[in-house]
Amino acid sequence: MNWVDRWGVTLTVFLPTLGVALMMLTPRAKDGLIKGLALLASAAALLTSLLVMARFDSSDPGMQFEVNVRWIPSIGANYHIGLDGIALPLFVLSAFMTFLCMVYSLWHLPEPYNPKAFLALCLLLETGMTGTFVALDLVLFFVFWEMVLVPMYFIIGLWGGPRRQYAAIKFFLYTLFGSVFMLLGFLALYFQSTPHTFDILALQRDGVLDVPVGIANLIFLGMGLGFAIKVPMWPFHTWLPDAHTEAPTVGSVLLAAVMLKMGTYGFLRISIPILPGPARTFAPLIGVLAAIAIIYGALNCLAQSDLKRLVAFSSVGHMGFVMLGIATMTASGFNAAVFGMVAHGIITGMLFFLAGSIHERYHTREIPELSGMSHQLPRMAGILAFCAIASLGLPGLAGFWGEVMALLSSYRPAPGLSTTIFRTLMVVGGIGTVLTAGYFLWMLQRVNMGRLSEKWKEKKLADVQPLEFASWIPLLLLVVLLGVYPRLVFDATNPASVRLTEALTAGSETATAGPPQVSIDLIGR
Amino acid sequence: MANSWIIPVLPFVSFALIIFFGKRLRGKGAEVGIVAIAVSLVLSILVFFDTIRRIAAEPEFHGYERSVEWFRFGPGGFAVELGIKVDGLTAVMLLIVCAVSLLVHIYSTGYMKGDVRYTFYFAVLSLFTGSMLNLVMANNLLQLLVGWEGVGICSYLLIGHWWEEKANSDAAIKAFLTTRLGDVGFMFGIFVLFFAAGTFNIDDISGAVAAGAIPTGILTLGAVLLFCGAIGKSAQVPLHVWLPDAMAGPSPVSALIHAATMVVAGVYLVARMFEVFHASPVALSEVAIIGAITMVIAALLALVQDDIKRVLAYSTISQLAYMVAGLGVSAYTGAVFHIWTHAWFKALLFLGAGSVIHAVHSNNMSSMGGLRDKMPVTSATFIVGGLALAAFPPLAGFFSKDELVLGAYESGRHGSVLGWFVFLAMLVTAFLTACYVARMLALTFFGEAKYDSEHVHPHESPRSMTVPLVVLAVLSVAGGWIGLPGEANLFGKWVHFGEEHPAFNPLVMLASIAAAVGGFGVGWAIFRLGKVKFDILKTPFAWVYRLLQNKYYLDDIYMGLIVRPIRDQLAAFANWSNQRILDRTVDAAGIATLAMGNVAYRGVDQPLIDGAVNGVARLMGLAGAKLRFWQTGSVQRYAVALFIGVAGFVGAFVIARL
Repeated sequence: MNWVDRWGVTLTVFLPTLGVALMMLTPRAKDGLIKGLALLASAAALLTSLLVMARFDSSDPGMQFEVNVRWIPSIGANYHIGLDGIALPLFVLSAFMTFLCMVYSLWHLPEPYNPKAFLALCLLLETGMTGTFVALDLVLFFVFWEMVLVPMYFIIGLWGGPRRQYAAIKFFLYTLFGSVFMLLGFLALYFQSTPHTFDILALQRDGVLDVPVGIANLIFLGMGLGFAIKVPMWPFHTWLPDAHTEAPTVGSVLLAAVMLKMGTYGFLRISIPILPGPARTFAPLIGVLAAIAIIYGALNCLAQSDLKRLVAFSSVGHMGFVMLGIATMTASGFNAAVFGMVAHGIITGMLFFLAGSIHERYHTREIPELSGMSHQLPRMAGILAFCAIASLGLPGLAGFWGEVMALLSSYRPAPGLSTTIFRTLMVVGGIGTVLTAGYFLWMLQRVNMGRLSEKWKEKKLADVQPLEFASWIPLLLLVVLLGVYPRLVFDATNPASVRLTEALTAGSETATAGPPQVSIDLIGR
Repeated sequence: MANSWIIPVLPFVSFALIIFFGKRLRGKGAEVGIVAIAVSLVLSILVFFDTIRRIAAEPEFHGYERSVEWFRFGPGGFAVELGIKVDGLTAVMLLIVCAVSLLVHIYSTGYMKGDVRYTFYFAVLSLFTGSMLNLVMANNLLQLLVGWEGVGICSYLLIGHWWEEKANSDAAIKAFLTTRLGDVGFMFGIFVLFFAAGTFNIDDISGAVAAGAIPTGILTLGAVLLFCGAIGKSAQVPLHVWLPDAMAGPSPVSALIHAATMVVAGVYLVARMFEVFHASPVALSEVAIIGAITMVIAALLALVQDDIKRVLAYSTISQLAYMVAGLGVSAYTGAVFHIWTHAWFKALLFLGAGSVIHAVHSNNMSSMGGLRDKMPVTSATFIVGGLALAAFPPLAGFFSKDELVLGAYESGRHGSVLGWFVFLAMLVTAFLTACYVARMLALTFFGEAKYDSEHVHPHESPRSMTVPLVVLAVLSVAGGWIGLPGEANLFGKWVHFGEEHPAFNPLVMLASIAAAVGGFGVGWAIFRLGKVKFDILKTPFAWVYRLLQNKYYLDDIYMGLIVRPIRDQLAAFANWSNQRILDRTVDAAGIATLAMGNVAYRGVDQPLIDGAVNGVARLMGLAGAKLRFWQTGSVQRYAVALFIGVAGFVGAFVIARL
């Protein structure tokens, strides 16, 4: 057996922690060494994650790279990890984005500096994020999930903007509030299963979980609340604009690119496969909330004058498309969701990088004040335009596939779900794409175009710097690559998504009648 | 033909080269674009002749198709293709796109000389050409949509090319959003057909429709939704409002994108998916009605414009409507033939208008006049283009328009009331078209000079601009001769739907000639000869004039009833509700929890448990003050409380289970 199969995932998860340990041993004054160590640790984690990706068999819909050893025997919690096609893209995305953030941090470190603490926290964050995407044990999942919270709390609270205290506490408490219900759900699952288990895969097996419909619904709602706050779904999103706006650039990037996906991933990994019945029951509700988020996010974007806050609200809308895809309970919808997560991670991550770099130069993010940026920073403006256009879902760029596939899936949701409701949601989502285009183009008009305002005429501002290019070019290339060659993601996600729908059909009593799952494969070609 | 996929790929490569290396090249990137498009044009010509050869040789030839797998999704791994389809329709479109694009590239080297964003301009021209070629060659609807949106974003970038002026970027945004609104419908139409036919492939969908495998209701829904996209892209009522504003872009862009190629994408889509439309009488009627209404409405607007490019823009809307209505009455060949002829003469007119604007530094015909002597080549070619637009025989526009009018007539004669309606609208529009052409020619090239002759000295444009004009003028004259009425119609052999071809009808032809000549005569009499002198504002028709001047108030209605309410009021309300309702709720929950902590502390913990201890009061005050603020200390407290709560719940749960 290849060592990657056994150790690749674990290494990816814990190499950053090892890096943190080494950094702790380094004197605080040795800036260069600390930065080097942090970069190295994240690079090593990225490398192992890429090795895992290279050895991933995309034709296998099941779990790969599984490791299952005893961890806390007294409660039956195991160190059970593994990856399937749904987790893999997010797993690699986490390692990838953290690495780029480290590259970016070589040059940009927010006040009050202190690279040792800042970079160490980022690396801890990475362990939490990658760990969440590979955990197959509820306790392990919960530990990783909570592990993310603390570093991000400090990153926002110490290195953030003027209202960092408020934002950090709000972020922490709100998420924690959700986690409590999530944990309650996990515990309920444990006590309702025979034999008692926290194993995510075991809980999906026939006969392990025997739970009355009412309680199952409650468990679903409890866990769902935890995930929904993280996504965030409307109306639980209000922590997000504040956290994003106040967080330092790298914090916003990781928050948007990876952390939000933990919520949507929770639905795909835990809620839906373990509790397919309640999932179907609540799918229309999730869909409705998702559609509201799309429109509501877009409308709020129109009202923002702070560039970063605008990007933050755009996340609400984009995650709405992801949730809409999930709510359809179809394979294509799950595909759309994972693609949407990856695309949103790359594009919105990029937009936050830009917002940070723009703020660094102008010392303001007020859109009305940034008029005519193209005159002064043509490259920055060009990249901003490119990312905004990618984010509004232009075909040929990454943002398109998640949206179009989510809408396509809404046209024919899983059997048993109301087509009337979902087609209505599809129309609402379609209108949302127009609004999205509206606020992004309007933002571009006000930031990039027009005449250079008097204020900046005298100032000499540096256009995109080499280290910025270094951390951005991979993302920009990926935006194009995923746009023209979407199978990079779909090849991995599709088998796993199909398997998930099969589990849905098998695990529910209601799905016995009616036509089989999405009948597109049944129509002759 | 097997390698025709290279045709759209070349401009994409050219785009990448120009955007990354263009500024370092001697020609600032323009030469890369010109070479790439020229090669694409040569290949297109080869493909065209190959196609018509096969059409002549093989009666069963329905087009060449080639595809690779793009990606898979769904149960069983449904494969989405990336492919090309070449038939007569595609071959004709390839010629139009490549030829006009090449001429516009050459013309732009003169027109855009010294522009601040010269290289970027040529990069986007290449990107546009590639997207447009992808659009006309795509063998499936999803890929077609990619090209469709691609040309849309290029149009946005080029309309807003001179974005220093807010009006220009406003126009760009308006164009993108208006068409995008239609595109949402288009996308849903694709979904409907995909689920009905189980494929995105155009031929397979057509095959399923022809086999009767799809219920008419679904077909109607799909066709109507597809047509939404066409309404947006081809600027039909009620989404036509973006095209006149799009004239804010450079004139060569107007010629390429907003006359010859992108705006006909909607017509192309209906033609490409005609099997679907044909099978649904309701959808077809809708197409005919929208077309008929649009052509008259837009032609009337063209009559009152002062901006020469806006005259042409409304004329384009009106001519596109001719094609749309033609398809609506199943005059398939005529509609595509009109795409062909219109591309030449309208590109010519826009490039000619650009040449004039270049000379007098104004778009307004009220500051032109008498330019015939100053700009001999421009005026001669422009007049040719104008007469072709007015459909004077034997110029190109005459033949295609005649075929459309004949199609409507035939449709009416076969008992369709709608056919007569379209027929009438077409004749009225032909009259109006000739009328505004006469007005435009008279005001621009004849009469006395109205420009400021002290500062403006009009002269003929450089060779790079006049050569494309001459080429297009030749095509505007001769381009129609491949579609002579009756048996000699070559075009109808290349591009047709079904078998029959309406026979030559001298009466209909006379009617359309009469409309053109009459319209031109009236226009000429009023605006050149001054035979009829009147001030329209003093006639009872003043309100009509005002209505037209204000573009039927549609812009104001859209702005006042849709854009502003959403952008200003609704967005502000969303923001308000977010900050004041949702967020306040969250804050309130936090504050309430804190208050509860305070109460617990002050009311329970301190007085009852710790109350006996002396000096507590001071500590209590401190702690209370501390808690009142959001401080780190309280996080742990709160977290601990939460975990105690969890433990309580779990305990209760366990006990309940026992």
